[in-house]
Amino acid sequence: MPPSVTLAVTRYRPEQESEPSLQTYEVPFRKDWVVLDALNYIKDNLDGSLSFRWSCRMGVCGSCGMMVNGSPKLTCAAFLSDFLPGPVRVEPLQHFPVIRDLVGDITDFMQKLKRVKPWIIREQEKPLVEGEYLQTPDQLEMYKQFSMCINCMLCYSACPVYGLEQSFIGPAVIALAQRYNLDSRDEAARERLEILSEHDGMWQCTFVGECSKVCPKNVDPAGAIQQLKLVGAVDWFKFLLPWGTR
Amino acid sequence: MSPGTQYTPYHPKWYRSRMSVWWWLQNRSYVYFVLRELTSVFVGLCALLLLWHLRALVQGPEAHAHFLAQMRRPFFVALNGVGLLFILFHTITWFNLTPKAMVVRLGGKRVPDWTIAGLHYIAWVLLSVAVAVVLLRG
Amino acid sequence: MRPITPFLWTLFGAGGTIAALLFPVHLVLSGLVFPLGALEAPSYDVLYALVRHPVTRLYLLVVITLPLFHWAHRFRYTLYDVLQLKHLYRLIAVLCYSAALLGSAVAAYTVWRIP
Repeated sequence: MPPSVTLAVTRYRPEQESEPSLQTYEVPFRKDWVVLDALNYIKDNLDGSLSFRWSCRMGVCGSCGMMVNGSPKLTCAAFLSDFLPGPVRVEPLQHFPVIRDLVGDITDFMQKLKRVKPWIIREQEKPLVEGEYLQTPDQLEMYKQFSMCINCMLCYSACPVYGLEQSFIGPAVIALAQRYNLDSRDEAARERLEILSEHDGMWQCTFVGECSKVCPKNVDPAGAIQQLKLVGAVDWFKFLLPWGTR
Repeated sequence: MSPGTQYTPYHPKWYRSRMSVWWWLQNRSYVYFVLRELTSVFVGLCALLLLWHLRALVQGPEAHAHFLAQMRRPFFVALNGVGLLFILFHTITWFNLTPKAMVVRLGGKRVPDWTIAGLHYIAWVLLSVAVAVVLLRG
Repeated sequence: MRPITPFLWTLFGAGGTIAALLFPVHLVLSGLVFPLGALEAPSYDVLYALVRHPVTRLYLLVVITLPLFHWAHRFRYTLYDVLQLKHLYRLIAVLCYSAALLGSAVAAYTVWRIP
């Protein structure tokens, strides 16, 4: 075990420079440390000016996503020991504009998320006196995987389609739409399908599959997208049926 | 989209990098993806090969013999060999990915991916044998 | 005007499945085994009789046209993503599907006019 490890971290101070650069720091190596621990060590002891997002440090808040040695990772879940002997390159999440150092702008994702209406929609709200909605374990299983999304946006960094065309609605948003489409309490699957069938919606996806590979919660957004494509395709042909709803 | 080009004196200038044309060489998954997509070229070529053969057949015995002679040329043997590798790659990736789109539920439980893929492989073998039998027995 | 993308994706899917299931055996036999003489190729008369049958005609039509549309759809998106030719978006789409249509038209005509 080495006593220390080198981190090469992106610095971008817009008031001073027009391009990011890498700054190296020597950080003590502890076998139980993750990259986030190393970043916090830098901020606490070496360079207080380093900016980065983090919160829960246990892989549930989705705040600390960054590129570690070129792959999108949650820095609270990336052990330094996996990157020995180093140097460990830490850069802001790919495909997002960089505000400062390791902090990217995520408003694009936030706006897209709202577009698919990620909440239960019913034609008639059930009155309170009728009690709660009931759901069997099988009904829960239908959408549970897609509900695990923590909005960390690693999938957007992994997706080359999003990298090439920022207007693409993106993996997480589509997976979350499917989470509500498959929820037995929800009645707006058709509405979401139409939103996702718009020009920069799900049909832009070419099933690279990298989104599902990098997802820290095994949401499998690529699977959600292909399922929706099949639903959309079958739905498209419904006009051929005399009784088809269209 | 995030507010792009309106800056106040103290608004930070966000850095946006462009994706390189060589993005797909960045990691193994991306290279694998591009190779998978390129199988479509050989799928198209194979379809054209079938069309060519059909047309040669319809045009008469001499045209057909000429087609067969062409297929014996090293260039076409090599092309067909390479094409076969890509088409096998297409078949395997296609069957392994189909379960992602085709979710089948029996009795409330999802049929596992390997079952769906397995059924495709079985169909593949059966159909291939059927075609071979038809072509070899006439 | 409903978007046509779901329809094109269906053609892509159908063509891909057909190619996956049937092209390996056809390519192995017609592209390698018969030309290299490992097995004896069917005679002209046998093939011709086979091709005249309506079922074979339908089979050939399907096995040629759908994979061509599979190529068109996939190749179109490959050109967008790999070569980043997004500014030629419409032109690429038109060229790819037109090429597939042309091939399909030739196939349909040939199958229809088998004497």
